[in-house]
Amino acid sequence: MKEPKLSCRNVWKLFGSGGQAFLTEHGHAPSPDDVARAGHIAAVRDASFDVHVGEIFVIMGLSGSGKSTIVRCMSRLIEPTAGEILLDGQNLLACSEDELIELRRHKMGMVFQHFALLPHLTVLSNVAFPLEIQGMDRARRETRAREVIELVGLKGREDYFPRELSGGQQQRVGIARSLAVEPEIWFLDEPFSALDPLIRREMQDEFLRLQQLLNKTIVFITHDFDEAIRLADRIAIMKDGEIVQIGKPEELVIKPATDYVAEFTRGVTRAKVMTAATVMSPAQSDVSFGGDVAPGARIAEIAGRIIHDDKPYAVRDSDGHLLGQLDREAIINVLADEG
Amino acid sequence: MALSPAWAGWLAVLGILSILWYLAGEYRWLTQYPQDWIIPLRYWISDFMRWLVREASFGLFTFRELTRAFAWLLDIPLQACLHLLAHGIVLPLGEGGLRLPPLPWIGVLSAMVYLAWRVGDRGLVILVGCSFGYLVLFGQWQSAMVTLSSILVAVPLGVVAGAGLGILAYRHRSVEKAITPILDLMQTVPVFAYLVPVLFLFGFGPVSAMIATIIYAMPPMVRVTLLALKTAPVEITEFGRMAGCTSRQLMWKILLPASRHSLMVGVNQVIMLSLNMVIIASMIGAGGLGHDVLTALRRLAIGSGLEAGLAITLLAISLDRLSKATAEYQAKPARLRGRRGPLASVSIGVGMIAILAASYLVGTAMPSLAVFPQQFAVSTGPFWDELVRLVNIHLYDYLDAFKSTLLIYVLIPIKRALMEAPWPGVALLVGFAGWRLGGPRLAVVVTLLVLFIAITGNWRNAMISVYLCGISVIIATAIGIPVGILGASSERMHRLVQAIVDTLQTLPSFVYLIPVVMLFQVGEFSAIIAIVLYALAPAIRYTDHGLRGVSPEIIEAARMSGCRPWQTLAKVRLPLAMPAIMLGVNQTIMMALSMLVITALVGTNDLGQEVYIALTRADIGHGIVAGVCVAFIAIVADRLIGAWADRRKRLLGLT
Repeated sequence: MKEPKLSCRNVWKLFGSGGQAFLTEHGHAPSPDDVARAGHIAAVRDASFDVHVGEIFVIMGLSGSGKSTIVRCMSRLIEPTAGEILLDGQNLLACSEDELIELRRHKMGMVFQHFALLPHLTVLSNVAFPLEIQGMDRARRETRAREVIELVGLKGREDYFPRELSGGQQQRVGIARSLAVEPEIWFLDEPFSALDPLIRREMQDEFLRLQQLLNKTIVFITHDFDEAIRLADRIAIMKDGEIVQIGKPEELVIKPATDYVAEFTRGVTRAKVMTAATVMSPAQSDVSFGGDVAPGARIAEIAGRIIHDDKPYAVRDSDGHLLGQLDREAIINVLADEG
Repeated sequence: MALSPAWAGWLAVLGILSILWYLAGEYRWLTQYPQDWIIPLRYWISDFMRWLVREASFGLFTFRELTRAFAWLLDIPLQACLHLLAHGIVLPLGEGGLRLPPLPWIGVLSAMVYLAWRVGDRGLVILVGCSFGYLVLFGQWQSAMVTLSSILVAVPLGVVAGAGLGILAYRHRSVEKAITPILDLMQTVPVFAYLVPVLFLFGFGPVSAMIATIIYAMPPMVRVTLLALKTAPVEITEFGRMAGCTSRQLMWKILLPASRHSLMVGVNQVIMLSLNMVIIASMIGAGGLGHDVLTALRRLAIGSGLEAGLAITLLAISLDRLSKATAEYQAKPARLRGRRGPLASVSIGVGMIAILAASYLVGTAMPSLAVFPQQFAVSTGPFWDELVRLVNIHLYDYLDAFKSTLLIYVLIPIKRALMEAPWPGVALLVGFAGWRLGGPRLAVVVTLLVLFIAITGNWRNAMISVYLCGISVIIATAIGIPVGILGASSERMHRLVQAIVDTLQTLPSFVYLIPVVMLFQVGEFSAIIAIVLYALAPAIRYTDHGLRGVSPEIIEAARMSGCRPWQTLAKVRLPLAMPAIMLGVNQTIMMALSMLVITALVGTNDLGQEVYIALTRADIGHGIVAGVCVAFIAIVADRLIGAWADRRKRLLGLT
């Protein structure tokens, strides 16, 4: 099993004064009614989860569900009322202000919904800004900035000001800026929500491309369930400050924990979520295969090939071990099983 | 139909007020606050100030030494500017010293035009060229350079001090809480009132005038800075923290640069207010153009007053437009600034210095070029004086009839009625209004403010102020709101109205007095007209702005329901714009009160006159108390209207 990079342990965030005393009084398990009666607003209730090294962990919820609050608790932009945030086993909440600044300078990067670019700086200076803050000299930081700008496909726009760029381009700058310090943890707070649908799709592809290159540990916030299943290794669904279910996209679709989750997954095209590994049957030894697919491949991507072939396909992991086989009927079942 | 409790309350209060009014004939103490009951606050303040100046000491040095040291420090840059621009300097070299002349007019003129050419368009070049040309041609140069010197020193100091206070208030809630009421008071206390203590602490002279200017011009900068920092996008702050900024880096590298546009508005305000202060500051020794206007006004030499007043106005407009254009220029991406790229700003500074230096060398070599020949100077003074004489001879009967009719049938009856207003009744009415509009807290505050005016013995004077101000505000809104409605009717009208309002707001308040006195001589009537002219701008601006702010969807809905244009206006746009319009009325009241004090110069009998008298006699206590009373009238009006507008906005869901 992969080791956790960042963990939340029983994190609470209450707005309103005297939150800590209130939680102690109720043994860290007040009911929603208790909270309401005390005049607090619980933005995050008792959230616990691990984010593993190199995974894309998506926190999905509607507005007011507490998803933005929890990502800010994880970087201590907002001070949690109770709980622990562990980064590589070190409790962030015990860090001094100076330690925190060091951590943020070198280990964390964040992308914001409305880009948060500095209007008075050019693209180049914006991207180089986090390095400038660390005191890196101009030549080095600008070299590094040019590298990341090229990485996100904005070469040639270095001397533009943010307001001269389109929304999509501005967010590319935001992404480049957050990557300039080579962070270990990458927070993205609804990065594509402010963009048009077409651009959003393009940016999602771009994001996946970058992640293949960089393999960061990612916490990605969104209110768009389609975006979540498209990008996530695992999804946490939040409602009213509580984490309702955590799981792989297909687990949410196949076994929704509550009606609330089921409501989201109802409209989802199953073939886009289910992977070869879930649908495959045990491999028979005497068949000849039409081809190979990876266990993580989504059915929608491979359906065309398998359906038009007489032979079943082999599911093999990256080392070439045979894990199972996929035949036409199984695929058709998935495709036909639409709510 | 049953009477709602609110209306019953209003009726009861008005009933009590009328009874008290009626009884006032019987019991004089109701209208004339008894001498014995007056709290001698003004004497306490005077005594305290005397103690401060004569005896207060910090051990190592006395308070007086501190203020003198402060003045000495500020005098250094001011003298430098004065020598450079206006007087030249005599160096103790050789026999009789070596006299170095000031910068020649042609150099300063060229440098300003060069700046306008680099940062602005052709219009700005023409404006700046003509304005500075006017200063030269009409013989105003020397005075204008004195004024410009004090502006050049006061503005940066005001901006830095204001921004510093704003930052401090942003960082510490306690500082913010402490300075907000002071700022409120400073923006409503008439300027004359704090001229007195400045005069007392720093003496008579250009430095005191400059200190008063800075104090007067600084509050908007504090407010703008605080507001800009507070309204900076949350995400930007969050980004800064995530990038690992220390709190200093967050302030200097993120918050301040990111809100530089708002900060420039503050800088612009400081420039305009400093110029507005030019004439008033000359009462405590500023010299320059302000001094020229003031002496002309006192001698009733309309012509020369008008010329010097116009010089201040042109200086104000030029500096206003130049500073705006410079700000816009710096905000422009370097790529679009032309081939000089990022070094453009530096090159402009170098260019200006080069022009000044070259002209200085030429001027020193050929002194005849450095001074504009007197015989070419133009003056229209005699023309204006002649015109006024003509107007007074030929139109006197009509103007006088107009003035007398208004005075006899409208103004004096209203004044009488207000003079008879019983102070307990007025306090009750104001308190009740406060309670209805904003709750018990507001009620207590406004009642106390009204009572303060009574118990410090300023009741009658205050009532005259209320009368002058009230009439002026009514006239100003009666003119301003229709003009604003006109402005909102079409894009062309909007631009026209905007231009008028901009001009009205750039004129220093004193300038309004000149033509009015020309036509109507001194007296309350002239005062009212000057106040109306000065206070007109916000009524127009806010009406126009409020009507334009009504959501187009709602207007479309009204039109689709079959409203005629006037129905749309009366039934949809005006009600929705009302909170904005009322804020405009509020601004009008504030401006009327600040002008009120200035009209003391043309002979009124109100609080403003008291402050002015206190200034001439250096009677600190009286000046401050009367000034604070004016401020309290302003605050009462402001709080009541503000509470009403807030409530209305909440009801309309506009917040």
